[in-house]
Amino acid sequence: MQSKLNKYGYLFILPFFAVFLTFTVYPILLTFYYSFTSYSGFGDAAFIGMENYQRLLSDNYFWEAFYNTLYIWGINFGFQLGIALLLALLFSDIRLKMKGLSFFRAAFYLPNLITIASVALLFGILLGWHHGTINHLLLDLGLINEPINWLNNPTTARWSVALIGAWMWFGHTFIILMAGISGISSDYFEAALIDGANRFQMFLKITLPLLKPIMLYVLITSLIGGLQIFDLPMLLTDGRGAPQGSLNTMVLYLYNQAFKFNNYGYAAAIAYGLFIITVCFSLITFKAMYRKSVKGE
Amino acid sequence: MQPGKDNKQKIIKGFFYFLLTLLVVISFIPFYMMIINATRSNADILREGFTLIPGTAIVDNYHVLLEYMNLWRGFLNSLIVAVAVTVLSSYFSALTAFGFAIYKFKGSNFLFVTILVLMMVPGQLGLIGFYDIMRTFGFLDSYIPLIVPPIASTFTVFFLRQFLSSVLHSSLIEAARIDGAGEFKIFHKIGIPMMMPAISTMAIFAFIGSWNNYILPLVVLFSPEKYTLPVMMGALRGSQVAQNLGAMYLGIAISVVPIMIAFVFLSKYIISSISAGAVKE
Repeated sequence: MQSKLNKYGYLFILPFFAVFLTFTVYPILLTFYYSFTSYSGFGDAAFIGMENYQRLLSDNYFWEAFYNTLYIWGINFGFQLGIALLLALLFSDIRLKMKGLSFFRAAFYLPNLITIASVALLFGILLGWHHGTINHLLLDLGLINEPINWLNNPTTARWSVALIGAWMWFGHTFIILMAGISGISSDYFEAALIDGANRFQMFLKITLPLLKPIMLYVLITSLIGGLQIFDLPMLLTDGRGAPQGSLNTMVLYLYNQAFKFNNYGYAAAIAYGLFIITVCFSLITFKAMYRKSVKGE
Repeated sequence: MQPGKDNKQKIIKGFFYFLLTLLVVISFIPFYMMIINATRSNADILREGFTLIPGTAIVDNYHVLLEYMNLWRGFLNSLIVAVAVTVLSSYFSALTAFGFAIYKFKGSNFLFVTILVLMMVPGQLGLIGFYDIMRTFGFLDSYIPLIVPPIASTFTVFFLRQFLSSVLHSSLIEAARIDGAGEFKIFHKIGIPMMMPAISTMAIFAFIGSWNNYILPLVVLFSPEKYTLPVMMGALRGSQVAQNLGAMYLGIAISVVPIMIAFVFLSKYIISSISAGAVKE
């Protein structure tokens, strides 16, 4: 009976694959083709071989965007993971028995739920130069003597974007780490407690090693997301990544090349450059984590 | 336990609660400043600077804001798109997952592995080609490019299939077949209810993802009356409203506060979804 009905399988997966091929696979292939052309959005796409990729390799703006993207992601991830780990350490401590986990999780997660466009706009005016609330507050507290033009200096602009990102994401990372910790049997902790381990030993020797798969998940998803950062730099700057191109990220560069300058062919090559970089970084991360776990055993 | 040690433990805990409260304040203060400043006039914000006390100009700000942009329209547009995306991606992902889990057909393994591989590909890779195809079809400046592609949500299919293989009892399906139920009826009456916990988990992600999506609607929508909320927020920045800080804060508040209210009711649900999504991985 079943074998006769197996042809239904094709029927059930047909809509998915029809849409998948048309709206996902075909665009990816078409983008690949365009990356070898000088397509400008109109007329014919002239085939120019590897020219776009050669240009990409020697394009200072692209490598600057690459550097900016990593810079911003690195600071962001450091703070995000650091805070989330400390929180996880605190809430998983069986001696402290901290209360209110569900309240704190919800409170810390809230910024992540808000549309990034709104967050960008909000911080855009909170960080304003002469009339920004943050400068007003710091002046009132006497911490600074004159207003800082946060978004007009490369260093403070990058740090601002990175810390806004950390502010948005630490709650999310905390939730995921806690989900991982709740899967660790409390027997381990109780046994360690009897053996007289202190909370840092327990965290280093039990929690962290057992959290490795979850940490890998956090790291990879954050990296892939971080390499594609677009909304914040786009809406916190003039759309081109000023000051001095310090907020020009890879996807922002791609967007501008395609939809501002009509360099579709070159933008397609940027997309594939970004893809190759993403794959490389993911592989390096996998390898590094895997090696460490082998050594640890 | 001796009282000295007990007290020390209490002090440590008190200190940690203080730090946690500080972190809660950091999470909330930008939104609090947004709400306060939304009620103040532009002149008040420029002259008086920082304050925690609300002003009285909220109605004026609202009029200034609506003169230039109808944010409620953007709200409605975002809602229409997000609901459509959620329904379509949930239904068709469930259908696909059911097809993979129940039937043994030629090539099913190959196709499923293809889904797994392409799940890793970042979304921007095909953007240029996608835009070009949408233009060829004449779908630009419509919601089709936003609503139709989520029918093929690779991660949702993967997640639902994994879930289904852990809860499925084939005897249930055999019994339904013996009772004369058709395959689609079985899917609707048995498959969907069985997958419901996993479907609702993924539905939350689909909704949030669509609601917050910025780059895609920015690229495909041109008419201001079709803008989704994030695109409208972006446009707000370059408009006349930006001259009036109070109205600007109010515009941002309108885009944020309803989500905060929804979160108060749904937070438990959303957080358990995130936990489930990560651990199932």
